[in-house]
Amino acid sequence: MKNSDQTEIIIEAGRTEAQYWKDLYRYRELFYFLSWRDILVRYKQTVIGIAWAVIRPFLTMFVFTIVFGKLAKLPSEGAPYPILVFSAVLPWQFFANALSETSNSLIGNANLISKIYFPRLIIPASSVITSFVDFLISSVILVALMVWYQFVPGWRVMTLPFFVAISFAASIGCGLWLAALNVKYRDFRYIIPFIVQFGLFISPVGFSSSIVPAKWRLLYSLNPMVGVIDGFRWAILGEGFLLYWPGFILCLSLVVIILVTGLRYFRKTEKTLADVI
Amino acid sequence: MSDTVIKLENLGKKYLIRHQQSERYTALRDVLTNKFRSFGKRLITLQPHSFNLRPSREEFWALRELSFEVKQGDRLGIIGRNGAGKTTLLKLLSRITEPTTGRISIKGRVASLLEVGTGFHPELTGRENIYLNGAILGMTKNEIRRKFDEIVEFAEIEKFLDTPVKRYSSGMYVRLAFAVAAHLEPEILLVDEVLAVGDAAFQKKCLGKMEDVSKEGRTILFVSHNMPAITRLCSKAIYLRQGRIVKNGDSYQVVSDYLLSGIDTKAERVWPDPLMRPGDDIVRLCAVRVRNNKGCVSETIDIRHPVGIETQFEVLRPGHILVPNYHFFNDEGVYLFVAIDQDPEWWRKTRPAGHFVSIARIPGNFFAEGILTVGVAISTFDPLAVHFYERDAVSFHIIDTIDGDSARGDYGGVLPGVIRPVLNWTTLFNPGDVFLQ
Repeated sequence: MKNSDQTEIIIEAGRTEAQYWKDLYRYRELFYFLSWRDILVRYKQTVIGIAWAVIRPFLTMFVFTIVFGKLAKLPSEGAPYPILVFSAVLPWQFFANALSETSNSLIGNANLISKIYFPRLIIPASSVITSFVDFLISSVILVALMVWYQFVPGWRVMTLPFFVAISFAASIGCGLWLAALNVKYRDFRYIIPFIVQFGLFISPVGFSSSIVPAKWRLLYSLNPMVGVIDGFRWAILGEGFLLYWPGFILCLSLVVIILVTGLRYFRKTEKTLADVI
Repeated sequence: MSDTVIKLENLGKKYLIRHQQSERYTALRDVLTNKFRSFGKRLITLQPHSFNLRPSREEFWALRELSFEVKQGDRLGIIGRNGAGKTTLLKLLSRITEPTTGRISIKGRVASLLEVGTGFHPELTGRENIYLNGAILGMTKNEIRRKFDEIVEFAEIEKFLDTPVKRYSSGMYVRLAFAVAAHLEPEILLVDEVLAVGDAAFQKKCLGKMEDVSKEGRTILFVSHNMPAITRLCSKAIYLRQGRIVKNGDSYQVVSDYLLSGIDTKAERVWPDPLMRPGDDIVRLCAVRVRNNKGCVSETIDIRHPVGIETQFEVLRPGHILVPNYHFFNDEGVYLFVAIDQDPEWWRKTRPAGHFVSIARIPGNFFAEGILTVGVAISTFDPLAVHFYERDAVSFHIIDTIDGDSARGDYGGVLPGVIRPVLNWTTLFNPGDVFLQ
């Protein structure tokens, strides 16, 4: 370590941009440890621990199957209704968890932010990782459901990582926006549970987006989660599910825009974060 | 050894202070209502900016035009009153906030003891927190693994390694936190007021660690209100006032300046105008001076050297027995003692008219370190009369060294007490039965 850090650091107004991405790499171990901490802490002192990651989506799926599948008798796109629901619950839960975790992450780590330096992007990013671990655990249910209903997905399931990446980008993009806004305007603390609650019903989680009338579908696709969920269903459900391509493209570009602007806004806020928080 | 590791050029940090809101964060609601309010006012008055009578934001420079250099191995103390910009300076150096103007260049890894325990998570176990805290402080995983046993041993928490730290006693918590910080090997160490927290043993450990670090040739920046600690640990110091450097130099001089800046009295007090001199129609005070062992007027006195307090007075009416006396107070206002003139030449003798100078010599190794204020009086005892008493006539600053030959020996920590004499110690080795009974 004697010669590890002989590089000279220049601190200047506006200078940090150039060093930022280098620092992000240099602090990768902190990123790892923060994610590790969040995962460890998440289910500490709970009786059933990590099982919560499985139970919550399972119950959501159960209720939605009864309400939308059995009572409302909505179309199931040729797949068992529980699988239709669960292929949407997975990305939705990931997105919703990530959103609430990241938006509070900066405030929750205020003591770190006001006392030491590291690229602040690490904090919301590690929150998304935590939610992603939950996502991976709860996908076990999907496999179990497939075994139970003896449902074999087609080749399209190979494209699933691509859609996971999109949901990742959507989560982190929205998360960055909300995390930064939440530091400045604490109103967002109240807005986020609201978004999460309503999002569950405006996104096609309990039903297929094909029941939305065709003339409204593009408009409906302005909700980026519509594209993400449709993508998941397209990959998992196979031939029976038709992807609405204009809506999907729209969603994809929206996600990119949110991610880029979110990153930019976060970077802008980051500079004064320690003074504001 | 003498290359510059930290260089500040024209550094400034500006904050905007809001007058209207007391919260540090804004609520969207307030932003909207303010917009509407100003819009409404504009409609009514038709003067776009007349509502801005009292600006809601004001610029405040926490630091301004700061330039200095720190060489490798320097131990630099940063002193100043609350709000002088000391903590802002450390925050800029540790990159928590960005400067508004100027630049800093730093060579080497910076760590700060200001984060003792930062990032500890109460739910995690001691073991987990060592890794987490280490990573937060900038250690790599391998480094932590390498030092893990050492840290555990230093903190004395082997038994509780797998207990969540929320169940730790506060002492264990602080020990563990400090142990992690202490095993960091930064080239530059920033220390902010750690000595204010923790018990005496912990403070001693901190000071000891800082001494170790400085012996290894690392650079230390030390912010503290503990002036004795600054003079002991730091070779150089910077005195900040309202974000600017007032004085930069040898630590004991800067500390003296700082301490004496709060007190009007200096080492010399002269009343040139005969009408303004304290006293009555018998005797009047002309001047009081503090002289060091070289005979110079000095505000700073080495604890090992004698100090002379000199009073110059003029007797206007002859035939009175006049006894000068000094009253000593320390910086906490404790009345230390009274010294009464015992000079045999004038003892119980009346004085003729004319000028006198009375000097009292206080031996070295007598006062404890700190600021001393001397009150000067001239009295007659039979019948009792006080001709004048000038309470805060002069002040001086006693400085203890770490050379080892003062009363503190090699002890670097906080030494209580108001006097600090060097005693004559003897030791008997295996003295035999007589002493063991």
